[in-house]
Amino acid sequence: MTESIVRALKCRECGEEYPVQPTHVCEFCFGPLEVVYDYEKLEGNFTRKLIESRPQNMWRYRELLPIDGEPTVGAENGFTPLVRAERLAAALGVKELYIKNDSVCSPTLSFKDRVVSVALSKAVEFGFTTVACASTGNLAGSVAANAAAAGLESYVFIPHDLEQGKVLGAGIFGTKIIGINGTYDDVNRLCSEVAGKYGWAFVNVNIRPFYAEGSKTYGYEIMEQLGWKAPKHVVVPMASGSLCTKIDKSINEFIKLGLIEDNSTAIYGAQATGCSPISKAVKENTDLIHPVRPDTIAKSLAIGNPADGYYAHRVMRDTGGWAEDVNDEEIVAAMKLLAETEGIFTETAGGVTVGVAKKLIEQGRIPRDESIVLCITGNGLKTQEAIVDAIEKPRIIQSNLKDFDALAAADGVQV
Amino acid sequence: MKMKVYLTYNVENIRLPIIWQLGQSFAIITNIRTADVKENMGLVALELDGAVDVVEEAIRWLESQQVHVEPIEQNMVEG
Ligand SMILES: Cc1ncc(COP(=O)(O)O)c(C=O)c1O
Ligand SMILES: [Zn+2]
Repeated sequence: MTESIVRALKCRECGEEYPVQPTHVCEFCFGPLEVVYDYEKLEGNFTRKLIESRPQNMWRYRELLPIDGEPTVGAENGFTPLVRAERLAAALGVKELYIKNDSVCSPTLSFKDRVVSVALSKAVEFGFTTVACASTGNLAGSVAANAAAAGLESYVFIPHDLEQGKVLGAGIFGTKIIGINGTYDDVNRLCSEVAGKYGWAFVNVNIRPFYAEGSKTYGYEIMEQLGWKAPKHVVVPMASGSLCTKIDKSINEFIKLGLIEDNSTAIYGAQATGCSPISKAVKENTDLIHPVRPDTIAKSLAIGNPADGYYAHRVMRDTGGWAEDVNDEEIVAAMKLLAETEGIFTETAGGVTVGVAKKLIEQGRIPRDESIVLCITGNGLKTQEAIVDAIEKPRIIQSNLKDFDALAAADGVQV
Repeated sequence: MKMKVYLTYNVENIRLPIIWQLGQSFAIITNIRTADVKENMGLVALELDGAVDVVEEAIRWLESQQVHVEPIEQNMVEG
């Protein structure tokens, strides 16, 4: 067992440090708390060779995750494919393109399995027996599944109007699922009250500092799979903005630990036009994020008042990245483009990422001759409503060759 | 109950003495922790301390003044 190098929880605003405990706000200034580490303790001991010798899951980077003992939840999660996307690259007119494919992340087909593995393992260390979350869909499924496998009670809170696939994809695990009449921001508001009153481990409320660290493994894997190298450009979908900030943190940590060279990676954020408070702040270069009321088919990204929006904006500004947003039609077109060029069926959030990447490339913001990674974070089978009318229906014929010959002839197929 | 919230003001209400009015109208102790005004928008981190129903009523009143209220955390017990 390796010794934890976690130093404390630290306020991102005033710098006050707190002992490791299930809390997420600074008592002084109400700023968000973040896990900080004593990286010096790893000096020379945390090497490429050591990491490569470990099983292929997200815990191969465990020294940089905020748990003390062995992971008790999601011990096999993570380590998804990084795909060289030649056909999508040709379609977008770029030279070197990769897809980090968390649409096949185990066990619930989104990157949320990473954050939940860390959050629930930490919750168990803290002694909680009931876990909960406020979710735009994917998190609910992941909390429900991972809690079930670990024998924890769970309550998941979602907006009432989510896709069937997301609702079923949580309910099947025997969780207590609560639909709230309202938007995600209403769900979140209720959950911060429930968290205070019921004393549960709310993964994205009182356990948030630990939960959020799990996203770093998405970044670590990209760098390891690129051959211990950071890409020049990364496009990240944003809801609360947390993943965006943690990919940046993962790169900075690997540089600090000497695992990679600094490649001046620029980080770009992707949102849906119907819910784009962060991309709007980036494009208008305003510091404060104006809350919005979401209206988009990308329901997993529909957070109108993003908790990490301010920090995500800073990451994009400081790394030389940018942000863009795409409307519902562009999202569907991008989902189809990815599916038809790479055989990857992503959900609406992935459509947002691909659509925004296309836009940024066309605008010249992302150059065509440098390495680009697109963050595909969720699976298309969960958001079928979004594309059901855009996909060709099967042509129904009788089971005889004559009928098929007629059809093939109409398609211009030569025998 | 102590409730920590972020208040977001807009151009219309940013100059109004809303937190003073809140203290005058409700049996609540208000405690400002940070405040920032920029680009026609104001952000205040505020703690509200009072009986549960009074705190809830106060939040509804703030929203009726077009102030966006984002809860950060609620503590039922002192801490
Ligand atoms: C598929 C998918 N991608 C990306 C995100 C963005 O996450 P974050 O809140 O870290 O910005 C979410 C959040 O729910 C999601 O479900
Ligand atoms: Zn602070």
